[in-house]
Amino acid sequence: MKYLSLLLVFLISFSGNAQEYFPKNDGVKQSFKNYVAITNATIYVAANQKIEKATLLIKENKIIEVGTNISIPKGATIVDATGKTIYPSFVELYSEFGINKPTPRPSGNFTPQYDTNREGYYWNDHIKPEYNAYENLSYDQKAAEGLREAGFGTVLSHHNDGVIAGTGLLWTLNDFGTNADRILKDKVSQHFTFSRSKFTKQSYPSSMMGSMALIRQVFHDAKWYAQGSATTKDLSLEAFNANKSLLQIFNAGDKLNALRADKLGDEFGVKYLIKGSGNEFERIEEIKKSGATFIIPINFPDVYDVSDPYLAQQVSLSDMKFWNQAPFNLKILTENNVSFVLSTADLKETKSFLSNLRKAVLYGLPKEKALVALTETPAKLVNQFDKVGSLSKGKLANFIIVSGDIFEEKSNILENWVQGNRNIIDKINPAAIKGTYDLTFDNQKYELKIEGEAPKFEAKIVRDSIEYGTKIQFNDPWVNLVIKNQDTTKANFVRLSGTFVKDMMQGKAVLENGNETSWTATKRATEVKEDKKKDDKKDEPKAPSMYAVKYPNISFGNDEKPKQETILFKNVTVWTGEKEGNLKETDVLIQNGKIAKIGKNLPSSGAKVVDGTGKHLTAGIIDEHSHIAISNGVNEGGQNSSAEVTIEDVVNSEDINIYRNLAGGVTSANLLHGSANPIGGRAAFIKLKWGYSPDEMLVKDAPKYIKFALGENVKQSNWGDFERSRFPQSRMGVEQVYEDYFTRAIEYKNEWDTYKSGKNKKMPRFDVEMEVLGEILAKKRFITCHSYVQSEINMLMKLAERYGFKIQTFTHILEGYKLADKMSAHGVAGSTFADWWAYKYEVNDAIPYNAAIMMNEGVKVSINSDDAEMSRRLNQEAAKTVKYGNVTEEEAWNFVTLNPAKILQVDNKVGSIKVGKDADVVLWSDSPLSIYTRAEKTLVDGIIFYDLEKEKEVMSEIQKERAELINFMLDAKNKGMKTQLPKKKENGHYHCDTLGENCKESHYKYN
Amino acid sequence: MKKYIVLLFISLFGFAQQTPAPKQSKSILILGAKAHLGNGKVIENSLISIIDGKIANIGDATVMKPAKHDIVIEASGKHVYPGFIAPNSTLGLVEIDAVRASDDESEIGQFNPHVRSIIAYNAESKLVETTRPNGVLLAQITPRGGRIPGTSSIVQLDAWNWEDASIKTDDGIHLNWPRSYSRAGWWAEPGGIEMNKNYDPQVKAIQEYFDNAFAYLGSKNTKKDIPYEAMKGLQSGEKTLFVNANGEKEIIDAVLFKKKNNIKNMTIVGGYYAFKVGALLKENNVSVLLNRVHSLPLLEDEDVNLPYKNAKLLVDAGVLVGLQNAGDMERMQTRNLPFYAGTCAAWGLTKEQALQLITGNSAKILGIDKQYGTLESGKSATLFISEGDALDMKTNVISFAFIDGRQISLESHHTELYERYKGKFEQQKK
Repeated sequence: MKYLSLLLVFLISFSGNAQEYFPKNDGVKQSFKNYVAITNATIYVAANQKIEKATLLIKENKIIEVGTNISIPKGATIVDATGKTIYPSFVELYSEFGINKPTPRPSGNFTPQYDTNREGYYWNDHIKPEYNAYENLSYDQKAAEGLREAGFGTVLSHHNDGVIAGTGLLWTLNDFGTNADRILKDKVSQHFTFSRSKFTKQSYPSSMMGSMALIRQVFHDAKWYAQGSATTKDLSLEAFNANKSLLQIFNAGDKLNALRADKLGDEFGVKYLIKGSGNEFERIEEIKKSGATFIIPINFPDVYDVSDPYLAQQVSLSDMKFWNQAPFNLKILTENNVSFVLSTADLKETKSFLSNLRKAVLYGLPKEKALVALTETPAKLVNQFDKVGSLSKGKLANFIIVSGDIFEEKSNILENWVQGNRNIIDKINPAAIKGTYDLTFDNQKYELKIEGEAPKFEAKIVRDSIEYGTKIQFNDPWVNLVIKNQDTTKANFVRLSGTFVKDMMQGKAVLENGNETSWTATKRATEVKEDKKKDDKKDEPKAPSMYAVKYPNISFGNDEKPKQETILFKNVTVWTGEKEGNLKETDVLIQNGKIAKIGKNLPSSGAKVVDGTGKHLTAGIIDEHSHIAISNGVNEGGQNSSAEVTIEDVVNSEDINIYRNLAGGVTSANLLHGSANPIGGRAAFIKLKWGYSPDEMLVKDAPKYIKFALGENVKQSNWGDFERSRFPQSRMGVEQVYEDYFTRAIEYKNEWDTYKSGKNKKMPRFDVEMEVLGEILAKKRFITCHSYVQSEINMLMKLAERYGFKIQTFTHILEGYKLADKMSAHGVAGSTFADWWAYKYEVNDAIPYNAAIMMNEGVKVSINSDDAEMSRRLNQEAAKTVKYGNVTEEEAWNFVTLNPAKILQVDNKVGSIKVGKDADVVLWSDSPLSIYTRAEKTLVDGIIFYDLEKEKEVMSEIQKERAELINFMLDAKNKGMKTQLPKKKENGHYHCDTLGENCKESHYKYN
Repeated sequence: MKKYIVLLFISLFGFAQQTPAPKQSKSILILGAKAHLGNGKVIENSLISIIDGKIANIGDATVMKPAKHDIVIEASGKHVYPGFIAPNSTLGLVEIDAVRASDDESEIGQFNPHVRSIIAYNAESKLVETTRPNGVLLAQITPRGGRIPGTSSIVQLDAWNWEDASIKTDDGIHLNWPRSYSRAGWWAEPGGIEMNKNYDPQVKAIQEYFDNAFAYLGSKNTKKDIPYEAMKGLQSGEKTLFVNANGEKEIIDAVLFKKKNNIKNMTIVGGYYAFKVGALLKENNVSVLLNRVHSLPLLEDEDVNLPYKNAKLLVDAGVLVGLQNAGDMERMQTRNLPFYAGTCAAWGLTKEQALQLITGNSAKILGIDKQYGTLESGKSATLFISEGDALDMKTNVISFAFIDGRQISLESHHTELYERYKGKFEQQKK
């Protein structure tokens, strides 16, 4: 549509400021508006209702009548639309169109900012419900034109900035009016994101889980505020409460984020309209179950330029497959009855909207569904179906005139009418000029051939096999041809100028000598026909076949979610982990996800038999301290306490490290918050059910944990010189942080108790952070604390004792050996590294004998990883304790199985091979503690999630699919498709930059 | 007539570091151990005679008759290995990663061939003494950073000072080959890759540097150019060029660079994708010091065990390959070198082949194989006795270790703290 774009001020349109009650000082008032009748068109009055040979009668900005047999008022302006199709113009619900966005101030100051800059608003600058898009408008004619060319007439605009980004407005793309005409509703929606505002440096939230926690707290605070409990003014909360009745839109993006947004909404009875990203098909089952309506950007990845094999190697199979799969997303959503609207969001250029839409239709999106998603559904979502979204009497005259079926590649949007104002986009199909003509001038006959695409046509003129250099310009209906003399040495030209009407050109020719004469060119009839034939046959585009979606949809994903099997391990050495010790030549039966039987010569009766001769069967490894499978930030370091955040919000089921862990015999992991602050976030205990959803991986009934941290990390010792403003900066301060928070948690509880007993009528504020700390005091939540040196370890035990609870686990605990007796007396467990030390000053005295000494003093010990690489070799790490400290092999093995199960209080279910426990087991080629062993099969809940036997097959499939896709991509590139260089994967919204420099710090910072 | 002599160790509580052992003065005979020679061979029941710091004799105890020795170590059922070698190491250059004041591993600037690691090597580093009880007795101390970080030297790990420690001074120049692509993201959220648009100019800059250096060295100059001076020996083979490169393209470019510049000895350090160009490396006599075995695959699509299998792929291609462990917490991980080799044996190599990766092969790559790396008559008596298989964590229990025949301390900051606190709790229970 870049060919030509004209705006014609039609007589009947509004012009300028024409509000009837406005004074007029530059002339006299005129108010007459004529009827306009658009006749003989095929009209889609609604997505599923088409009327042939119909008339659309409009006056001013409204539809007067639509249908057949309409009496056209006398004198009405008639627009003949024979052969054309009229659709209601599209409604865009996700745009920043026309919003006046200041440029964020660059800050030269690296000192973090912990408190708000504002007064009278919420304590957190990223919460801006009081921001109104309608107060920040700057109507953008150029962008409006682009949207109209894509078929849109109405747009919901908002400013996508901040965790709560304020309200959006609904307005039209009416160039002829003012905002007074355009605005259909000033506040139509309230917007949420997972991302920080660009206009504040306030450090919290610095992670996705932080954003989620912050939103929750806002809901609680708003409720409390609405009850009149606050003693101070909060304009943000007031606005938030006022915005409650609006459409609530969440910019989620990635499929897992969409599920997170939906779940968050469910907690507060809000059904978000969720802006997705186009990868919803990868978790369609869960997306469907959410019941949410989605805004789907029709954005497909460009093909990767894989011509350099070394660079191509770096593109993951999942990215290559996504190129193939993405255009099928809308088809799959439709098949699964997921409600959605379509959007230009995320498109680099609005003009690719129509071609992408057509691609989606080609790939299986039903046309009717597409039309509903562009008109009726969005109109209804914003409660404006009485004005837009279909064509009927009384609605706004917002419609598009298309040369044919809008979903066909060859159709053009010719006109886009907004509020009765005509915008001409494309007068006729300029491609119609293409063809071969008989050209006559100056009594000579020539052959004229016009080829190419608008606006750059190419012309060729031939007579008696002699070709004349020719240039053509076509500005419908005007044609200009400049023909060079055959003699190339002479700069003589013939100029033809004329008009093109229905396969015929005629006009004036100026000859080389300046004489003027007339010329004509007639399209050859046969050409006309042949052209049509060719067009029809011309590589009718076909959708390729779709690569099957894997669970998860990356390499090593499963064809489907793997299922439980009945399995009999025969004749294997069983490391029970229990008092029975190691049983040789024993059978173990796995049934219904449980360990059903252990014994000799068990009957196979229908079970899949696995010969374990010479092999070893153990319980699966449990990693007490892991950071795999977490999305968008492991630390909420924006404050010195973040008990309100939880890793359960951000479990990432698509992390390849889940599979790699399974390959190392790990079956479950305790996903911990990082160690950036004294009171960290809550943990998530998951089973590594590769292919399942985050929700299915979470062990919901497992006891709940929270991460605390001590020492160099929380006092920001290694964070650089700018990080000197957050309390605590010393170990002394760390204690006081805990004193402060636990004191407040007790006071908080007392306040609520008083309220509940009826003594106080005023409801206290609900504080998620205090609630969580209260759980600790009530011994319903357990602390696993990152720790290194003995002084701080002792401090925390003493502090806990003062507050009447005990610390469940010290993690890292590298100086645990110095006070193992005190730990034993307190009853705290130690989850440590086998041999890490020397990376920070506080690990100067870390020794590999730590586990052995702690164990000997009666401390429950486990060996953990804190590292995606080490976690897949935890068996080796356990074995090191045999070397360092002479731990027996069975005890060493329990360091990574039964002991972490006990520490996490899940030993009734996992951690050993015992009848009735979950079938989380690993078959090893050798003793699990041997350096030479390999995990051969890893089962979780009786499901085989890793099978070394199948690795070869899987690898060759990966190689085959890569090769295929690379060929497809090279072919696509050769066909001239737009390419992109191999580049980084999108990782959602949160990245390092949200934590500033901190994320770039090296590994030692967070260990 | 077998004498069993218990060697006494002096516990050195209160001292920060272990005292280096004195020069060997008494002849030592190790009898009956299974000797792993470090060249792929094994002597099941061996006899090893150590005199004046050298292996005077090594052979089959069932056929050889031992001469009289001052000390006889009865080692039946035990294992003897050549001291393990840690190439491309920063031991002694940094004490605590997070403490900047303790960090001496890199200089500013891009081309620093004249920067010499040896003089900063802290022979008394507490990290050094923790490697010995696991069998790591030699290391190549290597600077980091920039395009040419500098010149390395090879040390033995029981010395009073760097001068005593050095067994081969200024053995090689290290070059960080540019990467044709780079990875985005950070450790918790690794991103994808981006093309390095500066790759070609960066490679060109290296070529220019070498051109200038060799031009300088080939002409008579009145004014001394210190960095170019340091480049001497690369063409004669006196110094090895260690090229850090992982990508296939980078490795090919490095090999072309070797040919073009007549570099005699080149070793690829890292070499993650070296297995893809094994034939080329073999043909050009380029060896590989492989990345840390205990690493994650670089790419999502790769065999999850590729880092474990890499050594075998290269050995099968006939490439001379050793192990190194640069990376996160590399100094403290030095003591895990034997287990890296063990993991290679779990994924395809024989145990003796795996052993070569940290002994004989590394000695050849570092050019110290005349003296070190294997158990052979006439070579330095740098070896140790382990209770069991030293490549396996469970059985890597070292009772005696010798460097140049000197029986070294196997105590460390760690064992001292272990004894001290074990003692504390024992005392409490009394």
